[in-house]
Amino acid sequence: MKRKLEISELIFKILSHVFLIVFAICCLYPFLYAISAAISGREAVEYGQLVLFPKDLQFEAFGNMFNNNMFWNSYTNTLFITFYGTLWSMGTSILGAYALSKKRLLFRKTFNFFLVFTMWFSAGLVPQYLNYLNTKEVFNAVGITDDKWLVVIAMGMAAMNIILLRNAFEGVPGEIEEAAIVDGATEFQVLTRVYIPMSKSTIATVALFFAISRWNGYFWARQMISNLNEHPLQVFIRLKLEEFQDPDIMSAWNEAYAADSVIYALIVCSIIPVLIIYPFIQKYFAKGVNMGGVKE
Amino acid sequence: MKMKADDYLVYDAGTGTYKEDAEQLVRDDVEKHYWLNVARTIAKDWRLYLMLLPMILVFLFWRYFPMYELLGCFKVDDSTLDVADQLYAGFTYFKQLFSGGTSLSTTFWAAFRNTFLLSFYGLCFGFPMPIIVALFFNEIRSNIMRSFLQVATYLPKFMSTVVMTSLVTMLVRQASPLAGMEMGVISRFLVQLGIISQETGAAGLLNNPGFFRAIYQISGIWEGAGYDSIVFFAAIIAISPTSYEAAQIDGAGKMAQMKYVVLPSILSTIVIMLINRIGSLLNVGYEKVLLLYNTNTYVTADVVSTFAQRYGITDGLVGIASAAEMLNNVVGMLLVIAANTIARKASDVSLY
Repeated sequence: MKRKLEISELIFKILSHVFLIVFAICCLYPFLYAISAAISGREAVEYGQLVLFPKDLQFEAFGNMFNNNMFWNSYTNTLFITFYGTLWSMGTSILGAYALSKKRLLFRKTFNFFLVFTMWFSAGLVPQYLNYLNTKEVFNAVGITDDKWLVVIAMGMAAMNIILLRNAFEGVPGEIEEAAIVDGATEFQVLTRVYIPMSKSTIATVALFFAISRWNGYFWARQMISNLNEHPLQVFIRLKLEEFQDPDIMSAWNEAYAADSVIYALIVCSIIPVLIIYPFIQKYFAKGVNMGGVKE
Repeated sequence: MKMKADDYLVYDAGTGTYKEDAEQLVRDDVEKHYWLNVARTIAKDWRLYLMLLPMILVFLFWRYFPMYELLGCFKVDDSTLDVADQLYAGFTYFKQLFSGGTSLSTTFWAAFRNTFLLSFYGLCFGFPMPIIVALFFNEIRSNIMRSFLQVATYLPKFMSTVVMTSLVTMLVRQASPLAGMEMGVISRFLVQLGIISQETGAAGLLNNPGFFRAIYQISGIWEGAGYDSIVFFAAIIAISPTSYEAAQIDGAGKMAQMKYVVLPSILSTIVIMLINRIGSLLNVGYEKVLLLYNTNTYVTADVVSTFAQRYGITDGLVGIASAAEMLNNVVGMLLVIAANTIARKASDVSLY
């Protein structure tokens, strides 16, 4: 039996459809515009003739990007930082979270507080900056001159992610662990054979959080990496944007495509890999948000 | 360790003599060998503690050592003095920040005010949006349609701050007549809708201090409203259909169902998110401000972190910058603790 729609219900339904469709269009529009502007002709972009669809197609702006060694360099650097950074953060977090999830750990409360306190109170930019400078000196002294390693090792730890992992590990039934120990598993084997397989989805989500924050990292990379060739993609995009804000460069621009198109092309290039993996990671993201409500 | 004789000697009424208290001796022994026992436990279980070590070291080196550096706000930047005298600077920097009239303190208080205002507006406009979006998503019955809308609205969240701010910068860019360039496309829309004048648009919205807060909030909603709605939407679809049916039988219309079924069910989620938000009220994302502001908009855009970044990192006035951040972060921490305590008292929901 179909219930008749009430008027108020109908209005609310229509309102929600209209609102969400408009909102979705607003969300997508800047990206669509960026793509169009990256492949449109100079006049169309500069004289503001572009609304949504590209005009006077050209692909030289992309060509400009692809011929730039700095671009590929920065891409490689970002991949480097994302890969090793995620590996390092995940490694330390999983080991630490596993130890914290054990009731028999001495001073467990103290260690937990040690983590949680960093969520309440952060030292701030300048002290962190000074501290990273000291770290850089130490790294250089022991022969690590590539500042990317500083970014990988010293940055990007998050207490929140460790707590998510700890909660997942606490949810693993103790009997399975006991069975593994009876079978002669060492502590490390218990972790790799029991705990990690049993909290796969949380681990995937947390790894994703780490990877995204590494991929997006900008400020500290720019402050700490002195060699221009070692900069990640985000810094490269920003430097290009700042360069093209300069009126002198703008008025001396005499290519067949607009200077803006280069920036848009760069933005599109940096988004594409995210868009490609986005459908696969979306469900983990949704899961991760819901884990955010923390207990204890 | 207790050393009173009463603890060791117990009067035995039967024989009329005093006896040594065996339990107290054991307690004493445990206490005496406390650290030895700790060391023994750790040695026996060393693998577990070894696993903990890297994480502890990372946090110690790069989270707690900076806190020690933060004490620089009490020190003088004069290396000829010895450590004790350096510490004696005491509240000099704080006094400089507080003393009215100087350009330094004016800038600082403007930054402090902006920090609070940016978060507060975020709380007023940015916070309700995901809830509204989630309520609306619940109304869309077609799965394909809903998935499409969700994918579209989550998307901006996946852009980095740099890409997001670059897009914003380009879309509201100034016109440069010299190079024959028009203003950004969003500015053109706004001009056509009559919201801003031609001149304002041509001068660039990001160069206008009057627009910074609006741009900050709107780009924040654009970026986060869809994605942040996930958690509320999950709470809404967890509501059992029988609740709605019961309400309908009782004659509740759509609005009454909203009020008596949906809102109470997602209230605890809202409270958690609200605590989170209030707790980080003085913790404005400095990266976004840093990437969007410029010398023209310092009046409305400068926050404490960017103030510290300019004075401390660019100009090297570490003491002043640390004092500013100390003030900001201590107030921020008190806010987190207060919000959490209130929430725990009020609704059994708490974050930590």
